[in-house]
Amino acid sequence: MSGGSSPRVVVLDYGSGNVHSAVKALEAAGANVELTGNRARAMEADGLLVPGVGAFSAVMEQLNKNRSAEIVDRRLAGGRKVLGICVGMQVMFERGVERGMDTEGLGEWPGAVTELDSPVLPHMGWNTVDAPENSVLFAGLRDERFYFVHSYAAQHWTLEATRPFPEPRVTWSEHGARFIAAVENGPLSATQFHPEKSGEAGIRLLRNWVGSLTTD
Amino acid sequence: MTVACRVIPCLDVAAGRVVKGINFQNLRDAGDPVELARRYYEQGADELTFLDVTATVDNRATTYDVVTRTAEQVFIPLTVGGGVRSVDDVARLLGSGADKVGVNSAAIARPPLLGEIADRFGAQVLVLSLDVKRGGSTHSGFIVTTHGGRTETTMDALDWAREAIERGAGELLVNSIDADGTKQGFDTELISLMREISSVPVIASGGAGKAADFPPAIAAGADAVLAASVFHSGLLTIADVKQELTHEGVLVR
Repeated sequence: MSGGSSPRVVVLDYGSGNVHSAVKALEAAGANVELTGNRARAMEADGLLVPGVGAFSAVMEQLNKNRSAEIVDRRLAGGRKVLGICVGMQVMFERGVERGMDTEGLGEWPGAVTELDSPVLPHMGWNTVDAPENSVLFAGLRDERFYFVHSYAAQHWTLEATRPFPEPRVTWSEHGARFIAAVENGPLSATQFHPEKSGEAGIRLLRNWVGSLTTD
Repeated sequence: MTVACRVIPCLDVAAGRVVKGINFQNLRDAGDPVELARRYYEQGADELTFLDVTATVDNRATTYDVVTRTAEQVFIPLTVGGGVRSVDDVARLLGSGADKVGVNSAAIARPPLLGEIADRFGAQVLVLSLDVKRGGSTHSGFIVTTHGGRTETTMDALDWAREAIERGAGELLVNSIDADGTKQGFDTELISLMREISSVPVIASGGAGKAADFPPAIAAGADAVLAASVFHSGLLTIADVKQELTHEGVLVR
């Protein structure tokens, strides 16, 4: 997509799995998308998408290699928007505990990512979510299902409103236990599910995010 | 909030075309895989599976191309199986746009392959594909076969599923060789035995002939149902299957 007026989004390329779909889905959502690990490009884009699949520790290792924490920190400090997806959401928390391995995350939000308590894992498939009324991401998306594939999740939200940001908007889902399906907290948003794999509902959610990049 | 039952069309691909035979023989051309994938996406398919049934080296490149073109226009998960023999094969498929890979014969030949794939990419990308047949002298009465059911092993299907999960499989694709192509319904006994021993999602495959065949597979414990020819022939749409499932009280998207 060329469109000079489309918001520019960088999908952070740091060696994490399948990111083609994220690029194509963002394009379908109206963004001008670039897949790159280049720091300057990632800093100056209107929006930065942090993908992530696989183990928390492996994703953190690759992010650290790329000094990506700094990119995320500096963008957020400047109020520039970031969207984390799946493990790209999980690493925004302080810690991830997987198979007894405790890994430090990017620490943008307090709390740990831990294993879901369910007889069937991974939580794989289309589930509903409980989004707050004032959610921007889920605007026009009541009663839709989104595609999840994960065994670990943040299951507690402890961060309160931090001025000048509005109250964090937390969306929940459930598989065995309640867990956090999405967060909108100032410039930082994240989804545990894969909007780029959630059909037209996912494209609509991405369009909501892309639309927010240039309007506020 | 409960995860919905997934309806998955399977596209058997050979040399860049979709094929589906009865009991894996007499393959017959059924269309362009990317076009079909798109049609199923628009019909409401929850996932897509490509099975590369003639996975020769020459045809491999065609498959990667089909995967890439599909992933660019179809925003649902895409699984690719057939001829996956190494961690490098998995890397190449994921790099082409696949979300999950199905592993079958290569894992039987060398079980540690499962752990190698799960360690590098996570269990969520790894689907253990089992071609299961009744008979043999194993204790469950179900044995594992290879080469699309033509070659029998001495392995008990339930023992193999258990071992594969321990080694890192994130999902089981359970295909009944006896039921496959018969259009007489899924092997619900096999599904319920797999559900009992499995801590990962179970996909039921083989035998779908009409919409009413699907709800019993879910009732037997499947998390997802997979079918090929009933969809390719136009006999059923994804919506027909979901309507029947809803009618029987099964949650669908």
